[in-house]
Amino acid sequence: MDNNRRSFLKIAGITALAGIGAPVAAHLSSSPAFANSENNAAAQTGHEAAGESEKHSGVRLGMVIDMRKFYGQPDMLDKVIASCNKAHNIPHIVDGNGKTDRKSEIKWIWKAPYADVFADQWVEQSVAHPSKTIAENDFLVLCNHCNQPACVRVCPTKATFVLKENGIVAMDYHRCIGCRFCMMACPYGARSFNWKDPRPYISEYNPNFPTRMRGVVEKCTFCEERLALGQQPACVEAVQDSNAIVFGDLNNPESQIRQVLARENTIQRSPAYGTQPSVFYIV
Amino acid sequence: MIEKALKGTPIYWGWLALLLALMVLGAACYIRQFLFGMALTGMGRDLSWGLYISQFTFLVGVAAGGLMLVLPFYIHDYKVFGRLTILGEFLAISAIVMCLMFVMADIGQPIRALNMILHPTPNSMLFWDMVVLVGYLTLNIICGWVILTAEKKEVKPPKWGYFFVSVSIPFAVSIHTVTAMLYCGLPSRHFWLSAITAPRFLASAFAAGPSLILIFCAIMKKFAHFDAGKEAVNKLITIIMYAAIINAFFVCMEFFVGYYSNVPGHMHSLEYLFFGLEHDGHVYNNLVPIMWTSVIMCFAGLAVFAYMKLAKAQTDTLVVLGCALTFLSLFLDKGLGFVLGGLVVNPLNQITEYYPTLNEIFVSTGIWATGFFLVTVLYKIAVAVEHEVEA
Repeated sequence: MDNNRRSFLKIAGITALAGIGAPVAAHLSSSPAFANSENNAAAQTGHEAAGESEKHSGVRLGMVIDMRKFYGQPDMLDKVIASCNKAHNIPHIVDGNGKTDRKSEIKWIWKAPYADVFADQWVEQSVAHPSKTIAENDFLVLCNHCNQPACVRVCPTKATFVLKENGIVAMDYHRCIGCRFCMMACPYGARSFNWKDPRPYISEYNPNFPTRMRGVVEKCTFCEERLALGQQPACVEAVQDSNAIVFGDLNNPESQIRQVLARENTIQRSPAYGTQPSVFYIV
Repeated sequence: MIEKALKGTPIYWGWLALLLALMVLGAACYIRQFLFGMALTGMGRDLSWGLYISQFTFLVGVAAGGLMLVLPFYIHDYKVFGRLTILGEFLAISAIVMCLMFVMADIGQPIRALNMILHPTPNSMLFWDMVVLVGYLTLNIICGWVILTAEKKEVKPPKWGYFFVSVSIPFAVSIHTVTAMLYCGLPSRHFWLSAITAPRFLASAFAAGPSLILIFCAIMKKFAHFDAGKEAVNKLITIIMYAAIINAFFVCMEFFVGYYSNVPGHMHSLEYLFFGLEHDGHVYNNLVPIMWTSVIMCFAGLAVFAYMKLAKAQTDTLVVLGCALTFLSLFLDKGLGFVLGGLVVNPLNQITEYYPTLNEIFVSTGIWATGFFLVTVLYKIAVAVEHEVEA
């Protein structure tokens, strides 16, 4: 665990060094979580880390989701999803009858059947005999933070872009014009659009993260704001005890995530699209 | 020259008043959408482009269609189209204004639209689409005005005018090619991910644009004593027929690739559009009647034209009938089916059908009315100049 913690600080340092946390921090300067001393500490760690990571071709953050640890435990999935929703002020948009409004839904990380998540490996006519595990369990879905992101390629304003320092596909909610071209390009359905003002639908407000306005696209950001503080992504932290989600630098052969990838058989969602997803699944 | 648009018959003023009323209604609905958000449309997380973008796509084609008049006249010196080229240019202006309005209606933060220019992004096809659309609009305004002014003064247009006309020819092709590239370069949208998308767009454009011009010509013949000439109409019909047949051929090729290869992703959208797509025991088919109407109209239009040619019976009624069938067929195919069909299966293999809301429909109607308003005024000026010269 200690090793894990150290690698996080490294990532955090690099992130802070690059000033990625800055816009968020400036926006929420009243928040005690972004006190200057902490930022400085992170930046100092960053100096060391930057020196070390020059050996690799930059940091590329990725995630391995060990679905075996979630099987038969839907409440664990819900815990992960709830932690993300809470950390990012994700609204639960309901229609007049109080039911989830599928049309206007905002989702960063959510659960769906295997057939939906691994759509290219599942054609109704051909998989007549799915295993019990696959048929009975839901799988986690989130942005893949692709190495070759189609969404970034199509964005006309650079409102979505790759952070060079760590490979995160980030969003600038203040530049997005809401054309939804990125939603067309994303082969994973990872992006949501604010069809209406989301603020009235936020049940538990987190002052450490900005809320969004209507008319812009949003998605998972691998918790870049938490990384900047040396914390793990909210979803990783939510199931920390079981180590069900491993997060780290895919470019560093020493990292925990690379060790897991070397040891286990993993799959990605629709790798045939050439997007090089950074999220891996053990199923 | 604008003063020529200020003199007209009661029918002219009545028509403009009707359009103005629709424009006001559209503006009111747009303000509602602007204040509340895009949730007032039928679009959603899974089907996030709808009526606005599909009509934008179709109208880019209408704008490019004017090429079929400009190219024969200026490149091949086909004099018969002499009186019509100005109509092609003015239609292009109106169509592109509609396109830009549809894009503005579709984006969630229209106030930030200038970010496209402030942060130019050459890897985005939307950026290039803006460049070519604005370029083509400018070229047509210049060409249209230069040619009309020259006609009024009864002199030949200046040499530099021809330069802009020549540049506008590849621009017409580019606007629809780049618009097709918005769609055909997206990795997971199988229906759009087809190299024939751009050629198909062009073929349908070269049928739809001239069809609309011939309908306008017939209306102006009745109300404004403007006669395009029998030979010009006859030649344009030939062009429309070829373009419509090539478009139909391209669609058939899509069917072959999908169904012969038997790759599900390539069949889903066609299945949904023409036969109904079954998923989890439910059949999704809300566009099936529309697509078959489109097919029938396409062949009916071709049949009307073929009869006219074979029986040498070119009457205004038949011309308008054939053109209206062709235009509507292509509108249903490209202005609805193409975009909605491509989006019906989302990346998670779930199916979402689209039903536009009334608010959305009124906004669209308002934009169409604006386009027709513009085209009416511009054509009025063009015809008035023509009459003045003749007198």
